[in-house]
Amino acid sequence: MTKYMLSVVGTVDDEMPSDEVMQEMYATVGRFNDKLTEAGKWVFGGGLAPIESSTTVDATGDKPTVTDGPFSEAKEFLGGFWIIEAADLDEALQWAKEGSAACGGAVEVRPFDDASQ
Amino acid sequence: MTALGADAVADVVRAEYGRVVAGLIRRFGDIQLAEDALGEALVIALERWPQDGVPPNPAGWLTTTAHRKALDHLRREKVRDEKYAEAAMLTDDTIPEPTGPVTDDRLRLIFTCCHPALAEPARVALTLRLLGGLTVAEIANAFLVPETTMAQRITRAKAKIAKARIPYRIPDQADIAERLEGVLAVLYLVYNEGYLSSSADNADRQDLAEEAIRLTRAVRSISSGIGSPPEVDGLLALMLLSQARRPARIAAGGSLVTLDEQDRTRWDADLIDEGHALVRECLRRNAPGPYQIQAAIQAVHTDALDASLTDWAQIAALYDQLMVLQPTPIVALNRAVAVAELDGPHVALAVVDGLKLTAYAPWHATRADLLRRLGREDDARRAYAAAIATTENPAERAWLASRRESLGGPTSRRGSRA
Repeated sequence: MTKYMLSVVGTVDDEMPSDEVMQEMYATVGRFNDKLTEAGKWVFGGGLAPIESSTTVDATGDKPTVTDGPFSEAKEFLGGFWIIEAADLDEALQWAKEGSAACGGAVEVRPFDDASQ
Repeated sequence: MTALGADAVADVVRAEYGRVVAGLIRRFGDIQLAEDALGEALVIALERWPQDGVPPNPAGWLTTTAHRKALDHLRREKVRDEKYAEAAMLTDDTIPEPTGPVTDDRLRLIFTCCHPALAEPARVALTLRLLGGLTVAEIANAFLVPETTMAQRITRAKAKIAKARIPYRIPDQADIAERLEGVLAVLYLVYNEGYLSSSADNADRQDLAEEAIRLTRAVRSISSGIGSPPEVDGLLALMLLSQARRPARIAAGGSLVTLDEQDRTRWDADLIDEGHALVRECLRRNAPGPYQIQAAIQAVHTDALDASLTDWAQIAALYDQLMVLQPTPIVALNRAVAVAELDGPHVALAVVDGLKLTAYAPWHATRADLLRRLGREDDARRAYAAAIATTENPAERAWLASRRESLGGPTSRRGSRA
């Protein structure tokens, strides 16, 4: 088994969906999460609060700094993610297709490094 | 055992590469390890075989030797304990016999190499490297990119297969449906490299051409579960009808013989029959695609007992159909050859001149031929020179050079009283 991170990428231009749409999405993602858990593939996952709520900490210099906002100036940011266990990339891609349909966003599939597992 | 020169040994090795490496990848589940181990076995083979002779079963010898080398690697790298345990269970040295399409190591490997998670240029390159046994330099040459670029592309693809765990397994029906088009595209390119090699050492690579046909047959047999899409038959027919002309394609002196000058009695009648039957079946199913149309064009050519009997109107009509599906300058160039026969070289030249495929030898060669037929000998001579400069293939170069010679020198023409 390999751990894969399935990232849901958002952009700053994305419009905030209506409450109704959000509720519907929470429900489908919930069902998908249950399916992952039952299959024994679930490791962790969740949706993140809006990008404005992030804070960046950098302790690589002499003195740690704390800055308001995201690390990157990029227009894309992580909106949520799953970490799953899968036998191989084909299985991970299959879960990613379901996850993408459930959350209504593109999903990036990336394996964890062997050495970190 | 027969003693052979180093070149002949290299040929044997190249012909067996795909089969051996695919078997090693199945056993060890690690492309890099399989390639490294086979590389070491090849070094030993190149030292020993020229003196001792090639063993009766070279693929078996290479497999056994590489297998031992791979186990040595695993023993040295303690980190890979788990894999070592797996491999140790598989220490049988029997040669994997081809047992049909579904358990075919090379067929599994092509579905790994053609995985949609790999970029398309990487898919073709990996297939040519692993199944065709081509060197990185040869592949780079075939795609007109620097060797370092191609080396990086292949290394990156292999690293992705390992890190992202792209599986090496028999594809299921859903995979086949999803990946078939990509696999066919790669097989087509592998066949083309076999049909007319891009290297300076060989006119063609029969081992590659035959491997592409073998794999296409295997893909056809496993795709029967999804109703065997007609494009698979089309591709197979296209390959068979091209392959049928092989005995007449290269002259004794090593020069290419063009279609109009080939001795058609030397064409392979069995391959033509099989190809024509597939084309008829495609027509009956009436779901045309690019491979089927190209196969139909080959069928029209191979229907003519003499070049003068070729139905050029039919060929031009088929190219019109192909242009709708694949409006590329290369298709337009091939169509122009039919136009030259129907409407004359003057009309065709206007089309060809508009295409500007200046890095593509057939563009220069087609122009040269049209200019020759129009009596513009100096222009034709320059176009032949440009064609020769854009190809490495020795048979193509020899043919182009002889065509240029046949024009006579610029001064001799002027001085001629005839």
